[in-house]
Amino acid sequence: MTQKLVIIGAGMASGRVIEHLIETAPDAYDITLFNAEARGNYNRIMLSPVLSGEKTYADIVTHDDDWYKSHGVTCRFGEHVVRIDRDRKIIEGQNGTVPYDKLVIATGSAPFIIPVPGKDLPGVITYRDLDDTNAMIKAADKGGKAVVIGGGLLGLEAAAGLAERGMEVTVLHLMGHLMERQLDEAAGYLLRRDLEKRGITIKTQASTKAILGQDQVEAVLLADDETLPADLVVMAVGIRPETRLANDAGLEVARGIEVDAQMQTSDPDIFAVGECLEFNGQLFGLVAPLYEQAKVLAHTLLGKSDAFIVRDTATKLKVTGCDLFSAGDFAEGAGREDIVFRDPSRGVYKRLVIEGDRLIGAVMYGDTADGNWFFGLIKDGTDIDDMRDTLIFGPALQGGASVDPLSAVAALPPEAEICGCNGICKGTIVNAIQGGAADLGAVRAQTKASASCGTCTGLVEQLLQVTLGDDFQMPNAQPICGCCDLTHEDVRRLIKSQELKSQEAVWQELGWKTRNGCPSCRPAVNFYLLADWPLEYRDDPQSRFVNERKHANIQKDGTFSVVPRMWGGITNPAELRAIADAADKYNVPTVKVTGGQRIDLLGVKGEDLPHMWADLNKVGLVSGHAYSKGLRTVKTCVGTDHCRFGTQDSTGLGIKLEQIMWGSWTPHKVKLAVSGCPRNCAEATCKDVGIICVDSGYQVGVAGAAGMDLKETQRLADVTTEEEAIDLTLAFVQLYRENAKYLDRPYKWVAKVGLDWVKSRVVDDLDERARLVAAFELSQTIYRKDPWAEHAEEAQKFQPLADLTLEAAE
Amino acid sequence: MSWIDIGALDDIPLRGARKIKTDVGCVAVFRTDTDEVFAAMDRCPHKGGPLSEGIVHGQSVTCPLHSWVFDLNTGQARGEDAAITTFPIRTEAGRVLIDSLQLTGRSAA
Ligand code: SRM
Ligand SMILES: Cc1cc2nc3c(=O)[nH]c(=O)nc-3n(C[C@H](O)[C@H](O)[C@H](O)COP(=O)(O)OP(=O)(O)OC[C@H]3O[C@@H](n4cnc5c(N)ncnc54)[C@H](O)[C@@H]3O)c2cc1C
Ligand code: SF4
Ligand code: FES
Repeated sequence: MTQKLVIIGAGMASGRVIEHLIETAPDAYDITLFNAEARGNYNRIMLSPVLSGEKTYADIVTHDDDWYKSHGVTCRFGEHVVRIDRDRKIIEGQNGTVPYDKLVIATGSAPFIIPVPGKDLPGVITYRDLDDTNAMIKAADKGGKAVVIGGGLLGLEAAAGLAERGMEVTVLHLMGHLMERQLDEAAGYLLRRDLEKRGITIKTQASTKAILGQDQVEAVLLADDETLPADLVVMAVGIRPETRLANDAGLEVARGIEVDAQMQTSDPDIFAVGECLEFNGQLFGLVAPLYEQAKVLAHTLLGKSDAFIVRDTATKLKVTGCDLFSAGDFAEGAGREDIVFRDPSRGVYKRLVIEGDRLIGAVMYGDTADGNWFFGLIKDGTDIDDMRDTLIFGPALQGGASVDPLSAVAALPPEAEICGCNGICKGTIVNAIQGGAADLGAVRAQTKASASCGTCTGLVEQLLQVTLGDDFQMPNAQPICGCCDLTHEDVRRLIKSQELKSQEAVWQELGWKTRNGCPSCRPAVNFYLLADWPLEYRDDPQSRFVNERKHANIQKDGTFSVVPRMWGGITNPAELRAIADAADKYNVPTVKVTGGQRIDLLGVKGEDLPHMWADLNKVGLVSGHAYSKGLRTVKTCVGTDHCRFGTQDSTGLGIKLEQIMWGSWTPHKVKLAVSGCPRNCAEATCKDVGIICVDSGYQVGVAGAAGMDLKETQRLADVTTEEEAIDLTLAFVQLYRENAKYLDRPYKWVAKVGLDWVKSRVVDDLDERARLVAAFELSQTIYRKDPWAEHAEEAQKFQPLADLTLEAAE
Repeated sequence: MSWIDIGALDDIPLRGARKIKTDVGCVAVFRTDTDEVFAAMDRCPHKGGPLSEGIVHGQSVTCPLHSWVFDLNTGQARGEDAAITTFPIRTEAGRVLIDSLQLTGRSAA
């Protein structure tokens, strides 16, 4: 007969137990699951990304209602278990009793609350579950000041999340440096510096005396009598195993519920798993050992023999941009030797602790790429004598292994651990891939690798590539370039969410491996910064390719071309005369009519550029930006002014658009056209934005091109007024500016995000449309001006710095 | 050595370059983000691209025409069997000094 299994607590540990049971013996038990929280299992460790806004609750749910239902688990969520009756083998929940044959206690931990006056005031929150997280998010919506008590992992993740949400945050930490259990002082210092850079105030050796307030927290009083005003206090000073039920039931409890290596408590029908237990005098606060316990417990429940072994764990902090890693024992001591590497300019610190011929501890800050490799050496007790001299430089320098990350992954032995959270080794992943798991999602589903904290995602993808070769396309997950590990999309997201407003902040916070990027990433980062922070960040010419820095196209012989703007393709005798005069004066070898309805002066010497621009400026000719990732031309046809078929003022609309949009920077070039009727003489159907005038108004098409790829525009919307046509155009271009990857033309970007997504923002959501138009306009208050006029005033910059030919002649 | 003052450090854009005219041809003078200066021939050995118009990153410059990358310490092109001639250059009290002997010697020879 099926046995009755009751589980108290639907957390990360018991969730894993249930998965194992269902996978191997779905009919062995009739499971009833209690949870005090009004929901099932979710990835608790990802609460911090939810707090900071990088993820939503929906993203971190691991088991939803359907899952429990389809696997026949009876759920009693939102119900506390209040008593265990061991004699009658019955559980008492708030809403009634349930009998059990076997019982699993998986109640996790309770946050430790320091016993100071005021600890129960409204506005004092602990950090343990979704409700706490939501309470913090709600408090942060009102802005104001937050004090976080506790500078360990949880406290700092809370502080970072609240700061991200705009609160003014102070962290109080009792010890001399942050995360002292995981970090040494040097790494603690770097961490502190990085957090301070985000505007978080850190006070170490700060002891809390009382929390003050009438009916809501108002301030925190320190032992040295300093008072810190606070609208929110987060108490994150530690956790202790939740053992109340076990205590009351008379089970053996030390600090945690005592279990043997099979997870059995002092009662043979009662088991414990997770943070609530104690094994061999040890408590557990990270998921990796809990998952190991879950596997052992599942085996025990199914009558298979297995035993839990305590292994080292490694720690990372999930505050994006604060890259730290620590593992093993890094305390100083006799007979221990340190190897230290620092790169102050990059804020990198690495320290290895060696005892005899073994690596026993590692602390790293700023560059943690080799963390897992060091962790492997520690766990396996590898003899490192041969590589002692180069050890600190990581696996790339050992035994001739290549610096190429793919070969490094290929060279790992099958038992090398890839996913620390779930304890999944390379062999398991490779087997899954060879068995048909052809992408990240499939590998995750089959092996759990990279399904928890996600830091090993890159490694798993590299394994996919190594195993499948050309059959595996790294989908959009390519890092920008060799300087960093992040994709364009990640960098864009982090620049926004972390409010990175300078190149230096990006290099430091996003872990760039080079001093200041390379020609692939620097122009991209420069654009992302100016697009997201138009007022705080200014375009950096030194991070642009020569054409955009010189505001002219370089030719193969080092001369330049000059293309003045002709609004909507309209010119006049004065402009033409000025162009002709400039061509004469500066001996321009070629004058050409371009494919974009204007005139190109080709073969101009660099030194002459500012003078020629000054001459052209005199009649009002400005830069045509024929060189920029920005607005190029707006082609028009003659429209209603002259043409017998014209339906609307296509020339007028084109000129208006060009005058609004000129000077704007975009991820790639942007070309517009307006045709007066469907005969389409301005070729509007192959432009980034192309408008066709019709009797009833305007057909606005987007995402066309006629360069290396030929793309017909797709219809964004039909509108009746010129005003709307302009707004749609601006909103579309601004959405593109805010989201596209650098060097993706609009058609490539739209293919990635989907036209429906674009429409839902630009066409359907009028508030969002207005926001986009306003954001574009804000940026244009800075960039809608003629770069030629500015540079013409600094003509000396275009001349050689010195002429030594004269001196040499002496 | 015979050091000649060619201008103020601040006349060269940070992470940028200016060129100087010499008897051996145009020489590019680079300034890195940490105010190091380097000097090298302003002609890319590939197809003559003006290196003073390239992007300066770390202690390297990338040619504006077809993106060859040169180490400014040695002049060596990354991944190519080619190099640019470099010249001794230094800064002193905010001024940039270059060794003129190397810039005239060659044309006389
Ligand atoms: C001058 C001009 C050719 C002409 O004599 O007519 C021209 C010249 C150049 N084009 Fe173009 N394109 C010119 C119209 C076009 C057009 C036609 C148009 O705009 O109606 C196209 C196809 C339409 C389109 O873009 O969808 C065009 C598609 C390209 C492409 C391919 C873009 C693509 O996304 O596939 C490139 C390469 C690039 O941008 O990466 C390019 C790049 C270039 C560059 C900038 C190459 C370079 O990096 O040096 C050429 C600069 C020459 C110079 O020294 O000035 N040019 N180019 C035209 C300038 C128009 C203007 O007034 O601004
Ligand atoms: C913000 C945050 C970040 C973290 N980051 C990391 C990290 O980066 N890496 C890492 O390895 N670990 C991290 N952890 C720790 C990790 O989440 C825990 O180790 C893990 O969740 C513990 O699992 P558990 O199943 O033992 O307990 P829990 O997941 O806490 O589940 C216990 C459940 O039991 C319920 N319960 C308790 N008492 C009763 C009762 N009487 N009746 C009914 N239900 C009850 C609780 O409501 C809870 O839902 C983090 C934790 C937090 C809070
Ligand atoms: S098609 Fe454009 S890029 Fe190609 S040679 Fe002609 S002008 Fe240059
Ligand atoms: S001319 Fe320098 S790379 Fe081609």
